[in-house]
Amino acid sequence: MADFLTNLREVEEEGAEVIGSAATLDDLENARIEYLGRKARLTQLLRQLPELPVEERPSAGAEANTVKRRFQDLLESRSAEIRAQSRAREAPEFDPTLPARARWRGARHPCTLVINEICEIFREIGFVRARGPEVETPDYNFIKLNTPLDHPATDEHDTFYLPGGLLLRTHTSPVQARVMEKTEPPIRIVVPGMCYRRDPFDASHAPAFEQIEGLAVDEGITFVDFKATINYFVHRFFGADASTRFRPSFFPFTEPSAEIDVSCLLCGGDGCSACKGTGWLEIMGAGMVDPAVFENVGYDPERYTGFAFGMGPARIAMLRYRVPDIRLFYEGDVRFLEQFAPA
Amino acid sequence: MNVSYRWLQKLAPTIVGPALAVAERLTGIAVAVDEVIWLGSGLQDIVIGQVEEIASHPNADRLVVCQVNVGGKSTAQVVTGAPKVTQGAFYPFVGVGGTLPGGLSIKRAKLRGEYSEGMLCSERELNLGRDQEGIMQLYGDFVPGTAFIEALGLDDHRLVLDITPNRSDLLGHFGVARELAPGGGADLVRPDFPGHATVEVELLPSELEAETGGVRISIEDTEGCSRFTGVVIRGVTVKPSPEWLARDLRAAGLQPLNNVVDATNHVLYELNQPIHAYDLATLRGPEIIVRRAKAGEKLQTLDGKERKLNPDMLVIADAGGAIGLAGVMGGLATEVAGGTSDVLIEAAYFDPGRNRTGARALGMDTEASYRFQRGIDPQATHEAMARVVNLILAVAGGTVEGAGVDLNPRPTERLVVSVRHSRVTHVLGVELEPESIPSYLEPIGFETRQAKNGTFDVAVPGWRPDVEREIDLIEEIARRHGYDKFPDKLGLFRPTTIPEEEYADVFERLRDFFVGAGFLESRGSPLGPAEEGEVQVLNPLSEVESHLRSSLLTSLLHSVERNFAQAQRDVRLFELGTAFKAGAGPVPDERLHVAAAWTGAREPAHWSSEGGGGGDYDVWDLKWLVESVAAIAARGTELRPVDGDGDEPWLEDAFAVMSGDGQPLGLAGRVPNDRVEAPRWAAKVWGLEVEIVSRRAAQVTYRDLPVYPPSDRDLALIVPTRVLAAEVAGVIRKAAPDFLDDVSIFDVYEGESIPAGTRSIAWRLRFRAADRTLTDAEIDAAVKSIASALKRDLNVGIRGA
Repeated sequence: MADFLTNLREVEEEGAEVIGSAATLDDLENARIEYLGRKARLTQLLRQLPELPVEERPSAGAEANTVKRRFQDLLESRSAEIRAQSRAREAPEFDPTLPARARWRGARHPCTLVINEICEIFREIGFVRARGPEVETPDYNFIKLNTPLDHPATDEHDTFYLPGGLLLRTHTSPVQARVMEKTEPPIRIVVPGMCYRRDPFDASHAPAFEQIEGLAVDEGITFVDFKATINYFVHRFFGADASTRFRPSFFPFTEPSAEIDVSCLLCGGDGCSACKGTGWLEIMGAGMVDPAVFENVGYDPERYTGFAFGMGPARIAMLRYRVPDIRLFYEGDVRFLEQFAPA
Repeated sequence: MNVSYRWLQKLAPTIVGPALAVAERLTGIAVAVDEVIWLGSGLQDIVIGQVEEIASHPNADRLVVCQVNVGGKSTAQVVTGAPKVTQGAFYPFVGVGGTLPGGLSIKRAKLRGEYSEGMLCSERELNLGRDQEGIMQLYGDFVPGTAFIEALGLDDHRLVLDITPNRSDLLGHFGVARELAPGGGADLVRPDFPGHATVEVELLPSELEAETGGVRISIEDTEGCSRFTGVVIRGVTVKPSPEWLARDLRAAGLQPLNNVVDATNHVLYELNQPIHAYDLATLRGPEIIVRRAKAGEKLQTLDGKERKLNPDMLVIADAGGAIGLAGVMGGLATEVAGGTSDVLIEAAYFDPGRNRTGARALGMDTEASYRFQRGIDPQATHEAMARVVNLILAVAGGTVEGAGVDLNPRPTERLVVSVRHSRVTHVLGVELEPESIPSYLEPIGFETRQAKNGTFDVAVPGWRPDVEREIDLIEEIARRHGYDKFPDKLGLFRPTTIPEEEYADVFERLRDFFVGAGFLESRGSPLGPAEEGEVQVLNPLSEVESHLRSSLLTSLLHSVERNFAQAQRDVRLFELGTAFKAGAGPVPDERLHVAAAWTGAREPAHWSSEGGGGGDYDVWDLKWLVESVAAIAARGTELRPVDGDGDEPWLEDAFAVMSGDGQPLGLAGRVPNDRVEAPRWAAKVWGLEVEIVSRRAAQVTYRDLPVYPPSDRDLALIVPTRVLAAEVAGVIRKAAPDFLDDVSIFDVYEGESIPAGTRSIAWRLRFRAADRTLTDAEIDAAVKSIASALKRDLNVGIRGA
């Protein structure tokens, strides 16, 4: 028995060495014949088993089989190694890991992405795009929207004035009046466009900025329709998990007026620096169209009701893409803009 | 507006619960609470110290050595430079190892040889106020060693409210408490001031003039001032306010000044009635009058500034002229200060519009003007007067001289507004119980009376000048009901009859084109300097933002320069937007433009080829880009090279986009070096700008696919250099039979093997008939007639022929 095992260890050591150092597949085949073939020493050792005492045969047999299995495993793994090495040597002809020949990738501006998505969502529920002038009269910008020029509400709209008593619109809301004067209900419009306020550039203000206005007017539109429409948009844009908070506010051209908060995109409502710990982010001002506005455009306020809303795509783009400074949107830096290329 | 939670609870004991929850509720039903601040923050280590002994410092004239009782029998030695430290007085003290709100931690220090074991603190160091001048003396009875937070009642929260212009009633604690108290106005109290039992203050009603305490008061301008109450108090002692009063003011973010002024501010912040106190001794003569300012009249206001007045402004005047800007700011000469003993107290109602005009003209915006402009309660000046008189008596002593006056030339009554239950349902979309309408309105001060047919007549309280119409009441009902309680059910809607905006489609096609061509969309500021625009802004933020841009390309070139500054050699930008041109009348022309600016390599660098693949952009890329853009933005236009005759284009190698009737609609070309600041390593900069005149994208119409095979013939033509390729193509097309399918150029050559003054242009003519396979003979005949026409019309010959 002892001799048997000594021989077995000898064969095992030698065979492992020879198989492991085979350089080619031919060498490997020779090694297989030498250590596992019919004339191999291991085969001969196995044939000696019957000569051992009966009680020692099972353990000796098991030992021998373990060695046989080890040889088989070694042959297999060495064979894979040799193949891989030979593939690697062929590489100079074609290296698929070199960089591809690329083309320049274009991109829409992040504000455009947000504006288009918002307009698309509202299109699903029947809103079409409208447009209006950026140079306005005080009449359309304020008075028709139920905002007397000396009302404290105009303080929040620090206005750029032009010669001839004109101004740069401070919001997209004048388009409400322009559309209603020309058209009878039902009205369902969204109005993206530039607005102007005398706020110097800083991290969160720009003197010219995008806004999207929305307006729905018909018989029988109620506060419930208003809430449901806004919630439809919020869930489509921010995700089904987003929740909203409607809270009282004031705009001269809506009543009841509301400001709408959405649960913070970053912390999910737990409170973080983006939401100043409140868990909410303000995204739009809105409300039921004030009857005075209907009177100003010649609609019967007893017959028609409606709602309007306004929001800032740049601000929403800042939230969505985690852009820390609004000025990045208006500087044309290609390192910024190319980040918005379709992936 | 800052609100102290403790102050609210004094006025409405039924308001309970955590400050954050109260803030949330207020946000939900009335106005947003931006911030909730715990006032004790950072003050945990501060205790009350009483200075027991003051000794001069042996080694320093300006320092003193104090022994401070800091609780029980322990004292701490404090070296201080504070000039006014008083023996026996109380001060906030922080000992060794303690920390100030700013995070500064106190260590044992030796000042000029004397140990200091802590410090007496100023308001500034405790984040309590702006007063840096000295350490903060505390007035009242204190036990040394007591925690400062507890002793001063700083276990309070400040709610920072974002008041909307309609809710002037929430500019006082009383109004906020009314909104928040579960029982509304019924829960409100006006508690006695500490150490003083409230006395009744008699006010004699009158119209235009009356006398009180030896002062004759009259209203000359009843449009500017519709109510004026006045009371004279004699024998007041002006001194620092007691701690409870100072604390209330500090909690609301106000700086205590002296007891009389603090009393007026306290009532301002409690009842939203601005109050002014005049030092009676400074009046020139026994009379004051409310009138328009005179042209050229001057007044030095409390802030020390000399104001030039005009008749739009409302003033309070004595015999010598204006002593105060009504409802904006008092005059310096009549200010209540240390030596004041007799005071005249004013509580008035000034017209919002007049106040606004006057304050705006002077560029002034004060606590008082802010409130008058938003409208205070014209029916409550007498109540505020009673309150402030009691407060002055409580904190400054003195006695009221006789009855006060209440000039009320134009008394107002509660406005009555009707609200229909049916209309509430119609607007809000939910059917509330008719009986519930009073339950929403009554608690916040509206009086309701049911008329017939589900209509309620509602009397509006004077503090709600914003409520004038039925819809205003519907808003009150909606917000008191709670916006969040309305259901969220998307109903049916009728489609609008308005067509989609006519340029939206073209805008998107242009974006598709540029994005496909590897360009990045930019959005520049529409405001630029004078040389970049024709339309002037009258009140610009700066010189460089004084005009509306007339070209998008100009601002894109600025972006190219900024990218150069960031070492970006490859830049491709486009923009869609409005260009502003001077109009025929005063209204500027707004034109929709598309512009692009690009420079650098045509393709990203690749290892397989040197120098980045296709090289840098050149004029033929320019031509393709402007052709493509014009085809989308201005269909039916023609591209014309600009040779510099006539109008000199500012671009070089320029192409003009011309409309059918010869109007220029765009320009494209190479940007000259003097128009863009480019570093030495930069490639040529190219630009284009085209007006968008096409509405909606081109309609595609299908053409039958060819059934028969084409035959190509190549012609190498020797073309005199003065003849343009387009002319050659024109002659070919004209001379060819109608089975000429296509004409293209595949090579242009100038050089040795062809005659001087000519170039060789290789053309490929493709012939194909729609109805048969062409024979060689037919094609040969066609080529022959083309060749002879070229020779005849342009002196163009076939090479080698």
